[in-house]
Amino acid sequence: MPNIQRLKNLSGQAHIVGVGESNKLGKVPEKSPLAHHSEAAINALDDAGFELSDVDALFTAGWSTLDVAEYLGIQPRYTDSTSVGGSSFVIHVAHALAAIAAGYCEVALITHGQSGRSDRAPIPRNPGTPMAQYEAPYGIIGPPVSYAMAARRYMHQYGEDRTRQAMAEIAVSTRKWANLNPMAYFYDKPTTFDDYHNSKWVAWPFHLLDCCLVTDAGAAIVITTPERAKNAKNGSVKILGAGEGHDHSGISQMPDLTSAFGRHTGPQALEMAGVSHSDIDLAMIYDSFTYTALVSLENLGFCGPGEGPDFVASQRTAPGGDFPMNTNGGGLSYTHPGMYGIFTVVEAARQLRGQAGERQLEDCNLAVAHGTGGLLSSTGTVVLGAN
Amino acid sequence: MKNATPKPQPVPQPESDRYWEGLKNEEIWLQRSKATSEFQFYPRNFSISDPETGEEGIEWVQASGKAELFTFAIVHAAPHMSFVGDVPYITALVQLEEDVIVPTNIVGITPEPESLQIGMALKPVFEHDSDGQTLLKFTPA
Repeated sequence: MPNIQRLKNLSGQAHIVGVGESNKLGKVPEKSPLAHHSEAAINALDDAGFELSDVDALFTAGWSTLDVAEYLGIQPRYTDSTSVGGSSFVIHVAHALAAIAAGYCEVALITHGQSGRSDRAPIPRNPGTPMAQYEAPYGIIGPPVSYAMAARRYMHQYGEDRTRQAMAEIAVSTRKWANLNPMAYFYDKPTTFDDYHNSKWVAWPFHLLDCCLVTDAGAAIVITTPERAKNAKNGSVKILGAGEGHDHSGISQMPDLTSAFGRHTGPQALEMAGVSHSDIDLAMIYDSFTYTALVSLENLGFCGPGEGPDFVASQRTAPGGDFPMNTNGGGLSYTHPGMYGIFTVVEAARQLRGQAGERQLEDCNLAVAHGTGGLLSSTGTVVLGAN
Repeated sequence: MKNATPKPQPVPQPESDRYWEGLKNEEIWLQRSKATSEFQFYPRNFSISDPETGEEGIEWVQASGKAELFTFAIVHAAPHMSFVGDVPYITALVQLEEDVIVPTNIVGITPEPESLQIGMALKPVFEHDSDGQTLLKFTPA
């Protein structure tokens, strides 16, 4: 079991000093996935005021750090290709904190690049996995089908109509945030509750507007010691708490379809940071689907099991609401190349440093970034604080 | 309509040969722990409720086939080219009488939410395909 007392000593021992996206997000057939990695890396380093030659640790998922380091032309002294789906990059933030505090490295670079929309060479799936053997032959393939079955179970336990309303609330509120973010895929496209309810079925109970985008995009994060963070060009963000883990791979093996691993990683991250839910100014919650965000709020402990629909009611998570969530526009309306988790941290860091432009929150000192990976399989949670 | 792209086929592993062979004979064989009497799905080379005894701790038992609908989705956008001709189709997680969850399809009913109630009683349908493989599907009992 995690040793909370020792983790508390780690709290704040590394800072995020730079974040960045690749130059263009959305439909980008002219760029390879590795080009998204490198563009984002250079942009994040520029945001930090650091050079590529400063980097001595590399973290990535989807790709091996071997390929990414080679492409970037760097020779890391610490390497971590932990790849457990879209939560991986949030987990990398915690791993970077531990590696820096232990002395393995001083400047950690986390990169992500994925051409979910335009990839010329998508990574094939391993046909030997239990998921391939027991689920794929029945057409239980890819995230929408699996998450839809989890959402249907939630509806059975907690009420179909109020769950539907909650999913619509999240789709609409998240789009309102995207309408304030020029980098968002749906920046120019508002949406209404009617649009939500009228959008086509992808996998009932999911409408199209319950589902995240499929885009080409990259992002990167630079993390360093508190000492070197003093030289950061645009200020830094403290990494205060973290948790990670997983409890299944395929959806049919999930122990409880309404409780993902955030039930462990959320409370751990908050306790390590020494803060409570009511202290949190911004929740960046991976929204592969509206349901993912809804159930994650419960799992993390912002509300109790089955209370999510009341918690998000009346556009509470929208601009102007008292619980800002996914202020970049989320995977639903900003970007989602396949493994979106890194973008939750990028946005949290921007909000905590006052760099979020028109969507900047007035008072943002503490943020939670929460990634979910696979088929509700893995989660990684970090608590970040303004410096 | 015939699909041009072949559907993903199960590739049985040594520990699951017995399960897939059983389906060909229209029988559902499950692993049970000798020590705890707990069933498990999918087959493994040990019992997850009694890990220490390894393969020796497992016995194979034929399931009754009685099942209940645990949850479902109705797939409208094919997630793979090979399922384009099948939409809309029903994916489901089904709870067997032996208290294990099995991923499957519900067949023989209209793929509409109104046709399905969570908890409804189901019975197995063994679908033999031209490659000699058998899939375990379910229909209302």
